[in-house]
Amino acid sequence: MRYLPLTDADRSAMLEKTGASSIDDLFVDVPEEVRLGGPIEGLPMHASEMAVEKHMRRLSKKNLAAADAPFFLGAGAYRHHVPASVDHIIQRGEFLTAYTPYQPEIAQGTLQMLFEFQTQVARLYGCAVANASMYDGSTACWEAVAMAARITKRDRVVLSGALHPHYAEVVRTMAKFTEDEIAGAHPALQSEPDNGGLISRIDDKTSCVVVQYPDILGRLPNLQEIANAAHDKGALLIVVNTEPVALGAVKSPGEQGADIVVGEGQAIGVGLQFGGPYLGLFAVRDAKHVRQMPGRLCGETVDAEGKRGFVLTLSTREQHIRREKATSNICTNSGLCALAFSVHMTLLGEKGLRALATENHRLACIAADRLAKVPGVSVLNDAFFNEFTIRIGQDARAVVRKLADDGVLAGVSLGRLFPGKDALSDGLLVAVTETTSEEDIETLASALEGVLA
Amino acid sequence: MNAPNKSGWKPGTPVEGHNAVSGPDTVTGNRALMLEEPLIFEIGNTETTGVDFGFAARLDLAGVEQPAEPTPAEDVPSRLGTLARNEPIGLPGLTEPETVRHYTRLSRQNYAIDLGLFPLGSCTMKHNPRLNEKVARMPGFADVHPLQPVDTVRGALEVMNELAHWLIKLTGMHGVAMSPKAGAHGELCGILCIRAALEAKGDAREVILVPESAHGTNPATAAFAGYRVEDIPANSDGRVDLEALKARLGPDVAGVMITNPNTCGLFERDMKAISDAVHAAGGYVYCDGANFNAIVGRVRPGDLGVDAMHINLHKTFSTPHGGGGPGSGPVVLSEALSPFAPLPYTARTADGVVHLVEEEDADNFSEEHFGGKMRSFGRMTAFHGQMGMFTRALTYILSHGADGLRQVAEDAVLNANYVLRSLEDLLHAPFAHSGPCMHEALFGDKGFAEGLSTLDLAKALIDEGYHPMTMYFPLVVHGAMLVEPTETESKAALDQFIMALRSVAERAMAGDESMKGAPHYAPRRRLDETQAARKPLLAWEGELAPSGRAVRSEVGGR
Repeated sequence: MRYLPLTDADRSAMLEKTGASSIDDLFVDVPEEVRLGGPIEGLPMHASEMAVEKHMRRLSKKNLAAADAPFFLGAGAYRHHVPASVDHIIQRGEFLTAYTPYQPEIAQGTLQMLFEFQTQVARLYGCAVANASMYDGSTACWEAVAMAARITKRDRVVLSGALHPHYAEVVRTMAKFTEDEIAGAHPALQSEPDNGGLISRIDDKTSCVVVQYPDILGRLPNLQEIANAAHDKGALLIVVNTEPVALGAVKSPGEQGADIVVGEGQAIGVGLQFGGPYLGLFAVRDAKHVRQMPGRLCGETVDAEGKRGFVLTLSTREQHIRREKATSNICTNSGLCALAFSVHMTLLGEKGLRALATENHRLACIAADRLAKVPGVSVLNDAFFNEFTIRIGQDARAVVRKLADDGVLAGVSLGRLFPGKDALSDGLLVAVTETTSEEDIETLASALEGVLA
Repeated sequence: MNAPNKSGWKPGTPVEGHNAVSGPDTVTGNRALMLEEPLIFEIGNTETTGVDFGFAARLDLAGVEQPAEPTPAEDVPSRLGTLARNEPIGLPGLTEPETVRHYTRLSRQNYAIDLGLFPLGSCTMKHNPRLNEKVARMPGFADVHPLQPVDTVRGALEVMNELAHWLIKLTGMHGVAMSPKAGAHGELCGILCIRAALEAKGDAREVILVPESAHGTNPATAAFAGYRVEDIPANSDGRVDLEALKARLGPDVAGVMITNPNTCGLFERDMKAISDAVHAAGGYVYCDGANFNAIVGRVRPGDLGVDAMHINLHKTFSTPHGGGGPGSGPVVLSEALSPFAPLPYTARTADGVVHLVEEEDADNFSEEHFGGKMRSFGRMTAFHGQMGMFTRALTYILSHGADGLRQVAEDAVLNANYVLRSLEDLLHAPFAHSGPCMHEALFGDKGFAEGLSTLDLAKALIDEGYHPMTMYFPLVVHGAMLVEPTETESKAALDQFIMALRSVAERAMAGDESMKGAPHYAPRRRLDETQAARKPLLAWEGELAPSGRAVRSEVGGR
């Protein structure tokens, strides 16, 4: 077995050292009636690298890769070009096979990277402090809700109807067990987000208002107005962002008054990966809330010789110290995805991020204008970044499946996202990034013309 | 490093007649291959980028059909409304060569499995096979969107289902929830299944029992799920006190969370009796599967009466730890808990097709294929789980097969026992008397000279070229040192590690004060964690240098 260095001679010599006469003696504490006498039946035996690679390649070929089709899916996971050097760096063994940096003297590489990452995220979000990452955007969203309850000591949560339905579902699921009360709705297919309706649901029992920006339909809610209304009632504004590239083009949530900003960082550096692993981003506008934050934090300090260095800090919030009194049970972050994000963001820099955002927006505008010309199609949004909603006058799920059969991955139907909501079923969410060509847009438009005719 | 063979040659030993001398300070702060590196904020600026934006460039050779000229940006009016960003962000950029160099230099300040034995107890720092990485990057897995029509992702669903099948078979359980993102997220999943099952019976309960030796995530998880946490006492063998546990069980106890093998490195002999007692009292048994590596292929948790157990794919099944995640924590479930598993899930029907069951069709699917029994407690995360970890874990599992996985457990346990018996004459091994250990060996600080601690030993071990073991955990042993060598270490590597550990232990017992200053040879000396917590500095707060005028830090990167 190529991964196991012990030889039979080693095993004999080592067994002798342990005083055991056979390997079974080392498992003596396992009651005899449950000990397995040999390899579990009905499962294959070990296989060569070549055989395993062949098997996995066969499975991978049963999937249609995004690069092999005109591709327009978003809804919380975006396809962007990731520079080759990102993947090279995250495969360096010193990053790939390191553990959580609990021994900071021999983990400065990971720690300095996390400090840089935290700063990049905080700046992107317009916040004072970001943590070292969470599992993904949806779990970060729930953690933010739980944090708001701790800060305000209230338990009524107002969710925007235009929050990603999976995120809303995670919050609802967790709230069933923590007894937080959730007020939410489904979005109406209107060109502008319903800020008035959202604000009317905030009262003096509200711990937080959760708003997605850009929202699930691709619209851009004015956050300042919601922040003011929330703050008037003593509630916090949590803003969820699932497309960080957008923040290269639009105002940050922090500068519009968001108290906690969370999001999905996958779009930068991480790739699609069928939904995971992704990268939860978590930041607070005001550093006074730091001690209520979940997750790992990396901070600057000095070593015994006065040299600058970095450590994990404020761990008295965390489960390994506080156990049942911890701010969260989270024990890991999404370290390697944070590295990918940070490397990609360093390659982009401010200039590159803005250029990338501009290119995304330019192509999305071209796509919206082209699709608006397809008979039977109307574009819902007045404002958007790189994703918008079109209405096609019939069940979009069926149309998406039909177009996929023709080799076009047309977008995400609102019927898939909001099952059972008939009023939304003719909605199709179309995302356009720098990886989309104008030819792809033309292909989608023609294909839609064919199906809708 | 790989350990030397019998020749006894040591690469760092000076040839006789030469004295090793430490040199003078350097002007750069570097010491040859030990390279200092500033922050990106100190070397980058907002006008530099490592990405070119000629997106629609025409690369085709003459004679090949050319793509159309792109629509010029000025012909496309912005649709950002009133929210266009006009303030600077403050993000530094570097060109590609500068970026690669920055991160390569940083990487060299990390210890990693690829550099040497990483004996971190309870973390299972085994070799991460590179075939896993290659497979995870196949475009059919890496470049697939989670919401693509299912007919375009049949292979991905088959991977999930094939891995699920292996996990169920290896644990002897009934079902598995694949979506939890990490071990602690899996714990939460399991506890929520227990809560949902109890509530479905109209039997809401308040208490979860957790041993004192448990990972901190266990009580934190139970509390997060709304339960009150009470301790289960241990006996002098380092195992759960069965009689005390039985005495505490009652109608208010929802369940127990037990780690098996436990955090003292011991198999809970009474696990079946514990499960039977908990079940008789109407509760459920959660098993923390962090230490599954010790028993995979040797015993199935399902045969021990376990109702739910998370499996850390990043431990037992070799997906990389990545400097702190991403993890992956599927939860295997008993027949009693399986119906409550979160959405989405995959299921293979009689026709061989693997279905992805989401909110949309959950009720119908349950009616059609499970007699209406599936009553999911909800959703734990967007999308379907850590697909990138599923491909790696399945690759690892297929490489080993049923026979190889059994050998993994045997070698892991043998390696740990070899370490235990090679050190017990010197280091205090509190449970060495109670029989063989499983995959990790536990020691305490008894016998250390006044003023020297486990921390000092750990830092001295860094100077010897090792990552320290887990320290001060479990809490039940004073100055605990938990050593988990894993099965991917050779005997020679273990012998060298044992020699190093014996040496630092002897120094600790002899009162070698120089250990207090260790590490001496790492990229940093001991870091001031008190200052970091007292005055938290969690983001770089300076102004970026103007374009082309990068500055260097006065400290560290001098």
